[in-house]
Amino acid sequence: MKYASPSSVEEATGVLAGALSAQVFAGATDVVPQIRAGRKQPEILVDLKGIKELLNVSNEATHWRVGAATPTARLTENSDFSSEFPGLSEAAGLIGSDQIQNRSSLGGNLCNGSPAADSVPAMVVNGVRAVVAGGSGSRTVPVSEIVTGPGKTSLADDEFIVEFEIDHMPAHTGDAYLRLIPRTEMDIAVVGVGVRVTLDDVGMVSAADIVLGAVAPTVVRVPEAEAALVGNQINDEILATVSAAASEACNPIDDKRGTIAYRKQVAGVLAKRAVLLAAERAAERNGDAK
Amino acid sequence: MMAVIEENPGYKWVGTRPIRPDGLEKITGKAQFGADSILPGMLYGSVVRSPHAHARILSIDMSVAKSMPGVKAVITSADFPDLALNGGSAGDIDMSNNVMARAKVLYEGHVVAAVAANTREQAKAAADAVIVNYEVLPHVLTVDEAMADNAPLLHDGMYTKGIDPKPEKPSNVASRVVHERGDLDKGFAEADLVIEREYTTKPVHQGYIEPHAAVADANSDGRAHIWCSSQGHFQMRAHTATVLGVSPGTIKVTAAEIGGGFGGKTVVYLEPLAVRLSQRAGRPVKLVMDRDEVFRASGPTSGTRIKVKMGVTNEGQLTAADVWMGYEAGAFSGSPVGAAGMTVIACYDIPNFFVEGFDVVVNKPRVAAYRAPGAPMAAFAVETVMDELARGINIDPIDLRLQNAVVEGTQASYGPKFPRIGFVETLEAIKNHPQYTAELGPNQGRGVAAGFWFNAGMNSSATVHINENGTATVVVGSPDIGGSRQSMALMAAEELGISYENIKPVVADTETVGFNDVTGGSRVTLATGAAVVDACRVITADLRARAAKTWDVEIDDVEWVDGQAQHVDGSQPPLSLADLAGKSGRTGGPISATASLNARGVGAAFSTQLCDVEVDPETGITRVIRYVSAQDAGRAISPAYVEGQMQGGVAQGIGWALNEEYIHNSSGVMENASFLDYRIPVASDLPMIDTVIVEVPNPAHPYGVRGVGEVGIVPPMAAVANAISDAAGVRMKDLPMSPVKLLEALNEKGK
Amino acid sequence: MSRRHITATINGDEVDFLAEEGSSLLNALRDEVGLTGVKEGCGTGDCGSCSVLLNDYLTCACLVFAPEVEGGTIVTVEGLANGGELHPLQQCFLEGAALQCGICTPGFLMAAKALLDRNPNPTETEIRYALAGNLCRCTGYDKIVRAVQEAASQIREA
Repeated sequence: MKYASPSSVEEATGVLAGALSAQVFAGATDVVPQIRAGRKQPEILVDLKGIKELLNVSNEATHWRVGAATPTARLTENSDFSSEFPGLSEAAGLIGSDQIQNRSSLGGNLCNGSPAADSVPAMVVNGVRAVVAGGSGSRTVPVSEIVTGPGKTSLADDEFIVEFEIDHMPAHTGDAYLRLIPRTEMDIAVVGVGVRVTLDDVGMVSAADIVLGAVAPTVVRVPEAEAALVGNQINDEILATVSAAASEACNPIDDKRGTIAYRKQVAGVLAKRAVLLAAERAAERNGDAK
Repeated sequence: MMAVIEENPGYKWVGTRPIRPDGLEKITGKAQFGADSILPGMLYGSVVRSPHAHARILSIDMSVAKSMPGVKAVITSADFPDLALNGGSAGDIDMSNNVMARAKVLYEGHVVAAVAANTREQAKAAADAVIVNYEVLPHVLTVDEAMADNAPLLHDGMYTKGIDPKPEKPSNVASRVVHERGDLDKGFAEADLVIEREYTTKPVHQGYIEPHAAVADANSDGRAHIWCSSQGHFQMRAHTATVLGVSPGTIKVTAAEIGGGFGGKTVVYLEPLAVRLSQRAGRPVKLVMDRDEVFRASGPTSGTRIKVKMGVTNEGQLTAADVWMGYEAGAFSGSPVGAAGMTVIACYDIPNFFVEGFDVVVNKPRVAAYRAPGAPMAAFAVETVMDELARGINIDPIDLRLQNAVVEGTQASYGPKFPRIGFVETLEAIKNHPQYTAELGPNQGRGVAAGFWFNAGMNSSATVHINENGTATVVVGSPDIGGSRQSMALMAAEELGISYENIKPVVADTETVGFNDVTGGSRVTLATGAAVVDACRVITADLRARAAKTWDVEIDDVEWVDGQAQHVDGSQPPLSLADLAGKSGRTGGPISATASLNARGVGAAFSTQLCDVEVDPETGITRVIRYVSAQDAGRAISPAYVEGQMQGGVAQGIGWALNEEYIHNSSGVMENASFLDYRIPVASDLPMIDTVIVEVPNPAHPYGVRGVGEVGIVPPMAAVANAISDAAGVRMKDLPMSPVKLLEALNEKGK
Repeated sequence: MSRRHITATINGDEVDFLAEEGSSLLNALRDEVGLTGVKEGCGTGDCGSCSVLLNDYLTCACLVFAPEVEGGTIVTVEGLANGGELHPLQQCFLEGAALQCGICTPGFLMAAKALLDRNPNPTETEIRYALAGNLCRCTGYDKIVRAVQEAASQIREA
């Protein structure tokens, strides 16, 4: 295996164009175990951390820019970002131990293609866009369109994500991400739920996004739950509908980490809890909209 | 917190908490563990393992591997003597076949070949290039599958031992053990309440953080030197010699620091391979397991199926116990079902019982010892039945245990009469602990459970040298797995009357100290400690004789007090150890003594534990929120490390209770061979673990030591299960009590 | 087989070594630089035994490719003491019996140092989560957590 550390997007796309089998990486926290297990044997490892844009975090007028290779610890310790997007920050902060946090990135967590990636449901509910670079130029696509199946993405062989654009959180809006793991740390999500809700002046839900992780080949949105929330006050009856819809939206498998029945049931539980947490944050944000 | 039952008779060093002798090397990174040796010209090895749970080896093609860059040696079973052809014992043949498969592979991960090359990358590439042709055979993974009629057989010649007459057909049941007393029917007839339950547990791994590692340097004259981390370098020497077909005297083993073992490092895996590769290559060879190899091919302890039926009167008297146990042995016979049968009801005086156990081979890695081998699963079953019985007759669960507890003089269920033991004292320590009556919040529950372990004695040797300035070197051959060098130094300081800091304890290689059995069975502080004490007493007798000679008096007129020879009537100025050491050349030469012994009497260990949990009823998650362990240590020579053993056993037990398990797919391939998916507890999973050291001295040891390493892992699974039952109202009968299983049970209860 | 020449500042000294481009920093530190205090427990970032500070950040050396550290700074357990003077964490681990077998200890010390460098007064819960990436199978963590608490207190008072 060779190692390359390009210092610009152009140099990186050039390396990728010239390689038979290249593996781009940021923190390599997934890549190393995959190589060790014999699941990947790339000819060349392309370290993206030498490219400035991929490590940039900036708060701009309409949105945040977060470099795709930025260690998640640098993002979660950014207090402006974390207070604006507590759910996304917490989701990013759940990717492994402190050791992993200094290496893991939103770009890597997404492009690894794991259905259980913690940051992905939280990015999708926040409408995050990925800026993709490649041999044929740059394009911007919603995060929800990057992963196509376990370990599979819509990126071409010579493409990689440069950065994420995250529009500022609107007023009276809050996000949350909750996951279920058997231990308290160092586990892969058995179920993950990302939620974002916006409340109107009287505390009615005016917008809702609910996205599940680890319960299907890719993250799944729960439109029935979103529809049940919008236009209503959050109450036990609505939450029961949300739970049922979340359970119903699951298309999980039985595996070493959980069963179909367990994932469906717990997706409903976590959806309910995440809606309450997001709504609490929405109510606290920009005034007293209750 | 320490509950001293018998007062410390004025020891100066025993029972104190100084800094451990090997601590500095370990906190600065200098300590040399198994994988840390680097020799000039050293090659790296890699092992070829079976991807199948059960298969016949049709052929092995090594031609490509041998021709690859940097490759110096490739070996298979053809490079080892076939012990079956030259009169090897059944145990030795199994050991050899586990080190390197001969005709069949019996589990996924079973070794079929090994290579050595200049670099680790070259070795790995060559191992991948060894082509093995298999005929895949049907496999069995559990006690039930293995004991089924017409089950595929692992060993054609296995006829169940312990059945009279000998069975006519071979099976996967290696042996049957039975313990019985009284009249079972009569016992159950006398009971007012009978509880009958069935339990299963999964194989769990010892989970030591240091993978197995061995470095071997073989000479052309047939001698070899091995550096490895193990729980017994004399056993590594003996077993390696057996597998290689050579005399143990041709092999020298140096004990590296050991990065955890818990029973699992009493077995040879890599050592014979490393020696043979080194012989073939003419260079030193290092072999280190990857973590997934550790899971697939070493350890674990048995998965089990256990049925328990027990009866009690309304007054709280146990009347009968009927126990059936099937223990997975892995690929070769030797599950700890024997110890399980002896320990399962050993805490209680039950007049009528029948305990039957079966040692069952399955297509999984051969089980190895794990902390109180066999006892924890058995205790999980019996101690949860005890909890149900107590609740069923409305008696406090500790009171039920106190009423039936074994005491000095009780005929143990496994045979002998108990000498002085401290079970009742551990029960009372928990009953009197403030946590036993502390308030519980919503969804919280409390459980207690008890456990028994024999503790071992076995063979130990030690040598004590007095240096020219009066300091001492204590040489032992017991690898120090949890602080035993400190215990040795503390006892030597007490005996010699010199400062702990002036004693250097050393774990010597197989050629510089007398024979020692493995560090296991909680035996080192007991047996090796007794050898150290014996050697010190030879030395103090010698020192008295030298003082007597110096003063020209009778030896009986000289006492050894506070590190100096004193005349009984004070008529001579005392001679310190330093004085006598400095003049040793004029009083008979260097001062040194060796003691070798077979331990004179073990001291049984008991533990009672209290667990508080909180259950999330919507997700089935259980968190342990408070924990107390009370254990009879006999005498805590080194209390800080006694507490460490107690806390470590509890932590492993909590992992076993809640999350740890081997998960195999239908092909018999392990699916969770990593620390990510084999979930041992992390720091945030556990609370502080409170300890109560109970001291009921063992009369058979000079300082009252019992041994503390193992019994702490016996009660936790039942303690957690009983706490879950208290919190959530469901009885969990299958380990681990994972969120998935607990939520299923809660759903079932809600129907 | 060509190996790459890599230069980095390791425990305060500029060090150069050769490594295969796809090999890990862990193997390079152990085999090439001789720093065997950095331990391998899993090789996949799950146990923390190989924890080092890479450019001031706590990292598993097994997850870093050796060429990544070109020009960087690395601190291992061998660099934790200041000459003969132990770091308070080392002293507290010794005095508090916070190690049994000792294989995980170097990683715990580095993780605890990283924690106390950014949070001099952590709660027990913060300590437990900050150390969750480090597995110990011997101690049950009790004495490790207490040793970190004691070291934090000593450092604050110093």
